[in-house]
Amino acid sequence: MASIDVNGKSVEVDEEGYLVNLNEWTADAAKILSAQDELELTDSHWEVINFLREYYEEYQIAPAVRVLTKAIGKKLGPEKGNSKYLYELFPYGPAKQACRFAGLPKPTGCV
Amino acid sequence: MEESGVIKKFLYVNRRAPYGSIYALESLEVVLIGAAFEQDVSLAFIDDGVYQLKKNQATDGIGMKNFSPTYNALGDYDISKIYVDKDSLEERGLTLDDLMNLTWEDENDNYAKKPSISLVNSEELAALMEQQDVVLSF
Amino acid sequence: MTLHTVNKSPFEANSLETCLRLARSGHSVLLFEDGVYAASKGTKFEAMLIKAMQNCKVHVLLPDFEARGMKTENLIAGVNTVDYAGFVDLVTESERVQSWL
Repeated sequence: MASIDVNGKSVEVDEEGYLVNLNEWTADAAKILSAQDELELTDSHWEVINFLREYYEEYQIAPAVRVLTKAIGKKLGPEKGNSKYLYELFPYGPAKQACRFAGLPKPTGCV
Repeated sequence: MEESGVIKKFLYVNRRAPYGSIYALESLEVVLIGAAFEQDVSLAFIDDGVYQLKKNQATDGIGMKNFSPTYNALGDYDISKIYVDKDSLEERGLTLDDLMNLTWEDENDNYAKKPSISLVNSEELAALMEQQDVVLSF
Repeated sequence: MTLHTVNKSPFEANSLETCLRLARSGHSVLLFEDGVYAASKGTKFEAMLIKAMQNCKVHVLLPDFEARGMKTENLIAGVNTVDYAGFVDLVTESERVQSWL
């Protein structure tokens, strides 16, 4: 099993880079995971990452991209609740990539 | 995913209790995955299946994931038709109040929260099943 | 027409009971695998099955019935026997198939 180093602590990730244990997530882990994708996290990224973590906490699933887009729009406004905005933030796919940074499993139904 | 495909009526029939077997969780996952295809989806809970919707599930003591909160997300996935067999519920000494209060938001009504669960009798359930293009059993 | 399939023994699960409660007049019910036990005479489910046959056609998959030591003379009168090809015909003739697992 692969792992990443977060401030000297080894955190296990699966073959696609998703955290194996959700409880091991920290903001620093998110930074390391995003650095792997050569992405620097801004406040806009964090808004989505935090939203995903809250969604998972409440529903125990990572939302599908369609659901994420709609929910972001409702919570943060229509200028953010669209795929263009979200794909600009997370070019590898807002659900797939943002979930990985947020320490969540890959969204159900994503291949 | 077909952009302009024909919309078919899908009914997922759930007749197993959660945790004792994998059926309930598998069904839920298939429902969530299937939701991407934007079909006309309904869920029916019959026999021990009604236990899937029981309030206050707490699985810490059995080391299994409590997936009951996920039923609350069904509304986000545009699944608003959840039918519970009244006879099955009554046989088990349960009422609607014992089940989670599942809701969906009606976009055409200023996002009003509306209940997703309807109690149905045998006749209503039989009629519902007969309207389906596809019935998937779990 | 809906084809209902039942593959559990009525002694093990309530699949048959719920199926017969929710099957409508004119539907077909096919008993296969352990479901075939319900088609044999003398069980406590015999009356329930006979009553259902007033409105529904009941079929049994003969290879499954015989595999379990039963002969056609043990079959409740009115139950139709089908082989695998007959099973397939039933499926293709039906608008939908509902499995009672």
